[in-house]
Amino acid sequence: MLAMIPLISILYEVVKNGASTINVDFLTAAPGVIGQAGGGIGPAIQGTLILVGLTIIIGVPLGVLSGIYLSEFGDNPVGRVIRFLNDVLAEFPSVVIGVVIFTLIVLTFRSFSVIAGALALSIIMLPIITRSTEESLKLVPNSIRDASMALGIRRWRTTLSVVLTTARSGVVTGILLAIARVAGESAPLVFTILGSQYFFSALSSPMDALPLRIYRLALLPYPYAQAQGWGAALVLILMVLVVNIGVRWATRGRLYSRRSRP
Amino acid sequence: MTLVQTEKKQSLSSEGVVQPLKTLENSKVRTEDLNAWYGNNQVLKKLNIEAREHSVTAIIGPSGCGKSTFIRCLNRMHELVPKAKTSGRVILDGSDIYAKGVDPVTIRRRVGMVFQKPNPFPTMSVYDNVAAGLKLNGERNHAVLDRAVQRSLESAFLWDEVKGDLDKSGASLSGGQQQRLCIARALAVEPEVILMDEPCSALDPIATAKIEELIASIKENYTVVIVTHNMQQAARVSDFTAFLYLGQLIEYGETTSLFENPAEELTERYLTGKFG
Repeated sequence: MLAMIPLISILYEVVKNGASTINVDFLTAAPGVIGQAGGGIGPAIQGTLILVGLTIIIGVPLGVLSGIYLSEFGDNPVGRVIRFLNDVLAEFPSVVIGVVIFTLIVLTFRSFSVIAGALALSIIMLPIITRSTEESLKLVPNSIRDASMALGIRRWRTTLSVVLTTARSGVVTGILLAIARVAGESAPLVFTILGSQYFFSALSSPMDALPLRIYRLALLPYPYAQAQGWGAALVLILMVLVVNIGVRWATRGRLYSRRSRP
Repeated sequence: MTLVQTEKKQSLSSEGVVQPLKTLENSKVRTEDLNAWYGNNQVLKKLNIEAREHSVTAIIGPSGCGKSTFIRCLNRMHELVPKAKTSGRVILDGSDIYAKGVDPVTIRRRVGMVFQKPNPFPTMSVYDNVAAGLKLNGERNHAVLDRAVQRSLESAFLWDEVKGDLDKSGASLSGGQQQRLCIARALAVEPEVILMDEPCSALDPIATAKIEELIASIKENYTVVIVTHNMQQAARVSDFTAFLYLGQLIEYGETTSLFENPAEELTERYLTGKFG
């Protein structure tokens, strides 16, 4: 119960201050002139969706494949080294990852870019998905692998069609949690996509995102901007909430199949 | 590439291996000096056992004598365990399944296996469980799959109980049904030999009786090798029995003669319950 107090009070504050600003215009319009009321967070919402989408495209396949490797083929020195490095990477502060991508990508191409942002978020996402995929696959009993191999099904087919399907709800849960985590990241974005007043133009240009927009709006000394900041925060929380509901939904499948076992 | 390989295999079998086939009539699987290890621990020592076509061969012996390891060598499942290795030969239809260039996957399609604990794929339906072996090897034709599923479930005496619930989760069946589902799954890929690793040890007497009846029925079309720690079961279901002790073959022969007049003292002591 005590642990609920911060959660409830944050939600209460955000809803109280943010709910009134939310309307269609606010959700779709570009930010207005600084100092004058009006304008919205359209580019930020669009930016977050594009960024998270791109991050999923880069991060999820890599993470799931690494998880499969570690679980099914990683019982050797190479696997142990990779597992260790993966754990180290998972503990990296996200701002450091932002700075590294800034040095490697942004400075090299002399431009803040969406790609750089997606790369940074993918690096944050990768170890989370790798870990959760590995753990989920390890929960699949070896008797299931044996059953499949004994049917004359090839190893890779067994891994993809039997082991991965058996563990699918755990894998999906890990992916969704990783998405929820990176959607709210702001530190690495400051160094990579920078932020922008405009809608998306190109993958090689700066772009806006919700965490950045919240930060910018909160820094402005105008009451209307503060209110918009609360509104943007509420939108971000709702997006993360939707992902979390997805997690619940994915886990429900797992609980169901467990219960149905005698 | 594959053409050359099969040609080689055939020429190989026509030279050296067909010869013994004449002496051992309708031998389906035969081991020649089969040894197996886990790491440095040798668990099978120079085993020479054969299983005849359309018969049930039982492997009996006390726990840890290598029964399960032995049948896992017959479809090359043993080598999936880290640090496990084998030597010697396993002759299936006249050719060595451990010969160079033999793909263990093709061997496992010909030699199916049923495990100690029922292990249906938990996220798949009854239908998909049975069809898994065919589907995952590329069979897409629904009519073929439907027929194979019905045929296999009928052979496993399960069709009448589940024909209305083919979409239900395989894990929702009872233990005995799950084991028959696993047998149906193994039969669906139409193997020639079925290996059973203590298939009834997790089941109650009624479910056990069903499985024994099933074994008697499928031996008309398949060659069955069954590991059991239950001597009465071996006596009931099998035509031939091999008694293993500490990784060595103590006695092998027709089940009736082995049980009634064991040649070895060790066999007799085991059968009468003096040890094991």
